[in-house]
Amino acid sequence: MKKVSISAKLKKVLIVGLSAVLMVGAFAGCGSNDKKTADKEPSETKNKVLEPVEITNVSYDPTRELYENYNKIFTEYWKNETGQDVTITQSHGGSGKQARSVLEGNEADVVTLALEQDVNELVTGGLIKDGWIKEFPKDSAPYTSTIVFLVRKDNPKGIKDWDDIVKDGVEIITPDPKTSGGARWNFLAAWGFALDKFSGDEAKAQDFLKSLYGNVTVLDSGARGSTTTFVENGQGDVLLAWENEAFLSIKEHPEDFEIVTPSISILAQPSVAIVDEVADERGTQEVAKGYLDYLYSDDAQRLEADNYYRPSNEDILKEYGDTFDLDLRLVNIEDDFGGWAKATDKFFADGAIFDQIYKQ
Amino acid sequence: MASLINRVKSKNNNIIPGFGLSMGITISMLSLIVLIPLASVLITMGGMTFHEFWANVTDKMLVSAYKVSLTCAFTAAVINGVFGVILAWILTRYDFPGRRVLDGFIELPFALPTAVAGIALTTLYSDTGWIGSIFAKVGLQISYTTIGITIAMVFIGIPFVVRSIQPVLEKLDRQCEDAAMILGASRTRIFFKVIFPEIFPAALSGFGLAFARSIGEYGSVVFIAGNIPYKTQIVPLLIMGKLEQFNYAAATSIALVMIVFAFVVLFAINIIQSQISKRAQG
Repeated sequence: MKKVSISAKLKKVLIVGLSAVLMVGAFAGCGSNDKKTADKEPSETKNKVLEPVEITNVSYDPTRELYENYNKIFTEYWKNETGQDVTITQSHGGSGKQARSVLEGNEADVVTLALEQDVNELVTGGLIKDGWIKEFPKDSAPYTSTIVFLVRKDNPKGIKDWDDIVKDGVEIITPDPKTSGGARWNFLAAWGFALDKFSGDEAKAQDFLKSLYGNVTVLDSGARGSTTTFVENGQGDVLLAWENEAFLSIKEHPEDFEIVTPSISILAQPSVAIVDEVADERGTQEVAKGYLDYLYSDDAQRLEADNYYRPSNEDILKEYGDTFDLDLRLVNIEDDFGGWAKATDKFFADGAIFDQIYKQ
Repeated sequence: MASLINRVKSKNNNIIPGFGLSMGITISMLSLIVLIPLASVLITMGGMTFHEFWANVTDKMLVSAYKVSLTCAFTAAVINGVFGVILAWILTRYDFPGRRVLDGFIELPFALPTAVAGIALTTLYSDTGWIGSIFAKVGLQISYTTIGITIAMVFIGIPFVVRSIQPVLEKLDRQCEDAAMILGASRTRIFFKVIFPEIFPAALSGFGLAFARSIGEYGSVVFIAGNIPYKTQIVPLLIMGKLEQFNYAAATSIALVMIVFAFVVLFAINIIQSQISKRAQG
C-alpha cells in the first residue's frame, strides 16, 4: 500500500516538474514576441501628445534579428517625429504559415513576408487592398536577397556554379518548394541558370532540374530545417541557401563553411504591406505606413545590409560591395517568369513541373 | 437476452445519482472538441465532387506516402508492442534502484514538444551523431531513411503501450502463477498460458493507440524523414504542402483518409478485444 502511495506521489512530483519545464519553455517561446516599449515620458517639444500605440508585425523566419534591431531604431525615430510612443509586437514563422495565421484572424497591422504571393493570398482574403505592391517604392520590397551556395570549408567538391552540383556524387540540401515558399526561389534560380545555359530550351532545363533534385538527399519542409540538416547534422556537400542565412551560418561557424556565388541567381524580393482591414479598424494606418516607409531610409537600409539583406537603395548597396557579390547576374520573377501567379501555376501547382521531375 | 437486461439494469442502479447531468457534459464536451471539428473537416471539403476527391487522394505520390506512413507506423507499433510489454514487466514486477525515475521517464515523449524530440533524434541518429555514427560504420544510415521515421514513431508511441499494460500487470493475481508453477509448468509456459492472455487485450489497445498516433505524427517525424518524394515522404507532410498552396479542400480530403485509416484500426482492435473478453467470460 505504502509503495503505491510513494510512487503516486513521485509521479505527481514528476508531472508538476515537467509541466513547470514546459511552462518555462512556453514563456521563453513568448519571449520572441516581446514588446519593445520606448520611453513612457511624454514629449515636451511637441504641443500635441499622442496616445501610445501598439502595432503587430507578422514576418517570416530569417528576419528575426533584422526586425529586433529595426524596431529599436524605428521607435526612436517615430518618437522624435511625432512624439508618439510605439510598441511593436513581432511574430516569426514560415512565410506561408504566417500568412495563413493572419488570414485566420491573427491581427497584424503590417506583414513583412518572404513571397509576394503570400501577401496576395491576403488580398484574396479581403484583408489587403489590391495594388499594395505599388504602395511602397521598389515593388514594396525595401530589401532583397538572393540564392547562393554554402559549401564545406575549402570546397572539397570544387563547386563553382550550378553545373557542378548536378554532377554524380554531389549531395545537395534544399527545402521542398511544395511546403516551403522560400524554397521556390531556389528552384527558380536553378531554372534561370538552366534556361540560359540551354538557350531557352525548356525540356533540357527540366532535365537539368531533374538531375539537380536527383542529387538532393534531404528535402526538408522549411529553410531553417535545411540549414540545421546541413550545418548541425553535417549532411550533404552543398546547401542552397538564402544569402542572408548563408552569411549567418558563416558568422556562427567561420571555420567550417564557405559561400560560393553562382554565375546566375535570382532576385528574391520579400514583400511588405499594410494589412488595411486591421489597420483601419485599429486606427493604425498612419503608424503602419510610417513603419514601412522608414525601412527605405538610409539608416534602415544600412541596418538591413548589416543583417545581410541587400538594400534596395543602389548607393548604399555599393557601400557594401565587400560583403555582397555585385557582379552576380540576377533573374527576376516579373521579367523572367511573368510574375508569381504564372510561376506557381507552371512550376509548383499539383502535377506541374516540380511534380513532373519527381515522377517515376 | 436476460443477462443483457440484467447488465443494463445494474448499470443504471448506480449509488451516485446524476446520470443526466454527466451525460449532458459528456456530449457537449465531445461535440465541442471532437465532433464539431471533425464535421468542419467535411465542410471545408464542400464543393469538391467525389471524382475530384478520389483523384486527389489516389495521387501516385500520395499513395507512396500512405505506404511509408502505414508501414513505418505498423513496424513502430509492433516494436512498441514487444518492448512495451518488457518495459511494463520490469517496472511492475521488479524493485530496483531508480525504478520510479524510470517509470516517470516513460511519459517524457508525451511531455516533450514533438519538434524538440524530432530535432534531437535526428542529430543523434544522423551519420555524424553519437548513435548514428556507430551504425554508419557498418553502412547503415538511420536519419533521413524509413528506419529513422520508424524510430521517431517508436519514441512517441512507447508510453501508450506501457501505460496500457501496467495496470493490468499490477492487478494480476500472483496465485495463478504460483499454482501453475506447483502444477509443474515451465516459466515459458506460465508466461504464454497464464500471463500473456491476461495482458494481451491491454497490449493490443496500446498497439492501436501507438499506431494511430504514429500515422498522424508530424512534428517529431518530419525532421528525421528525408522527405524525398516516393521514398521518405510521410502523409502529414503532403497535407502541409497542400496548406502551403492554400488548398484547404485538398488538405482536408487527405486528412479524412487518414482519419478513416486510424478509425478502422482502432475499431478492429475494439472488436477483437470484445471477442476475447466474451471468450474469457463464456
